[in-house]
Amino acid sequence: MNNKMQRYKILILMLLVCPMLPGVTNGQDELPDDYCRWEVSDYTILEPLCGLAGDAQRGSKIVSDGSRGNCLACHQLPIPGIEAYGTIGPPLAGIAARLSVPQIRMRVVDSRNINPLSIMPGFYRDPRLINRPGKKYRGRTFLTAQQVEDVIAYLATLK
Amino acid sequence: MIRLDKTALLLCACLLAIPASAALAGEARSGYEYIKPASRAMQDDEFENPGMLAVERGQQLFNNKQGGAGKACAECHDEDGAKLNTKNIARYPVYSEDAADIVTLQKQISRCRSDKSGRKILPADHPDLVALEAFVRHRAIGEVVNVQTDGPVAALLQAGEKLYRTRYGLIDMACNQCHDVYPGQMIRGQKISQGQGNGFPAYRLDTGEITSLQQRIQQCLVSMRAEPFAADSEEIKLLGLYIMSRSNGLRIETPAVRY
Repeated sequence: MNNKMQRYKILILMLLVCPMLPGVTNGQDELPDDYCRWEVSDYTILEPLCGLAGDAQRGSKIVSDGSRGNCLACHQLPIPGIEAYGTIGPPLAGIAARLSVPQIRMRVVDSRNINPLSIMPGFYRDPRLINRPGKKYRGRTFLTAQQVEDVIAYLATLK
Repeated sequence: MIRLDKTALLLCACLLAIPASAALAGEARSGYEYIKPASRAMQDDEFENPGMLAVERGQQLFNNKQGGAGKACAECHDEDGAKLNTKNIARYPVYSEDAADIVTLQKQISRCRSDKSGRKILPADHPDLVALEAFVRHRAIGEVVNVQTDGPVAALLQAGEKLYRTRYGLIDMACNQCHDVYPGQMIRGQKISQGQGNGFPAYRLDTGEITSLQQRIQQCLVSMRAEPFAADSEEIKLLGLYIMSRSNGLRIETPAVRY
């Protein structure tokens, strides 16, 4: 009897929670085959995405490229010759002195794990959680796993 | 003792948070305050303001007798629209009980042209309608935006606000995140505005085109890498209504110059 009650409670809880996850109820595309799952532990993502190694040189290009990372839209970065940058997010000079690489990874991948109201896009957010993606963006992540690791490698040099 | 301190701290935090959010919600500021001084000067000078080309084209259409029953808008409303009621213009979009629908100014113009001279109804944001809207709203320049917020409109505004607070697209942002939380901050080289509607149709420096409010909402969604709502969809009407209601109290600036 007790067991049954318990199951019933769980069912109600699931029904209550499910409509709050837009990606689940929207019935959007399934996860793309090349999407690598990641795990958050203690506000960090310890393992590099897909086990890839990042390249800081490539990362430095991605962060300032308006059609790729476009980090400068919101953040100030210590890149010489850049005049226009955003003031929405914190400046990122010295970020690696304040955060560890696994902490940086969690923020770049999907900062909503720290702050659900964060305006920052998740650069490797689960595509099923995206509401109304444009046709050509369906089932895609903002950056590829390699690009995310490249950006992290670059940010790790900002000490 | 420690418990009490914690409660007191929480209370303080709450008290501090209330006026901050109230101030944010209360003060409507026109996009004019967020654009660069050179863009303001461009808007203020009728000869420099590229949006005036659309206003002039709208006036030509307003006086055009071709098509339909050969009757121009000007026959009722005067060549320069002097007989248009500017207070009424400032109320749009309105809710029509008869149609049980939101009526945008474009729709009203199109309907009037159809009723009075048999022209066919044009789709939302047809270039002719955007030009006519620009001309008609320009007639009401300086008038205070006065969108209804009570009665049957209240529920529609709630629905509009819900859409305004929904995240869209791969960039996954909601309108309110930029336009309520971060106005005045820089996004690359531009200041984020409150996303007010009082200057629309506006000339956009980014695209070089006259742009209706609905079109601007669609363009914003596209830049969020989202699937935009269609021009005549319920969603775009609700968002347009909610955004114009946020602009209540601001003066009409059509054609504004905006980034």
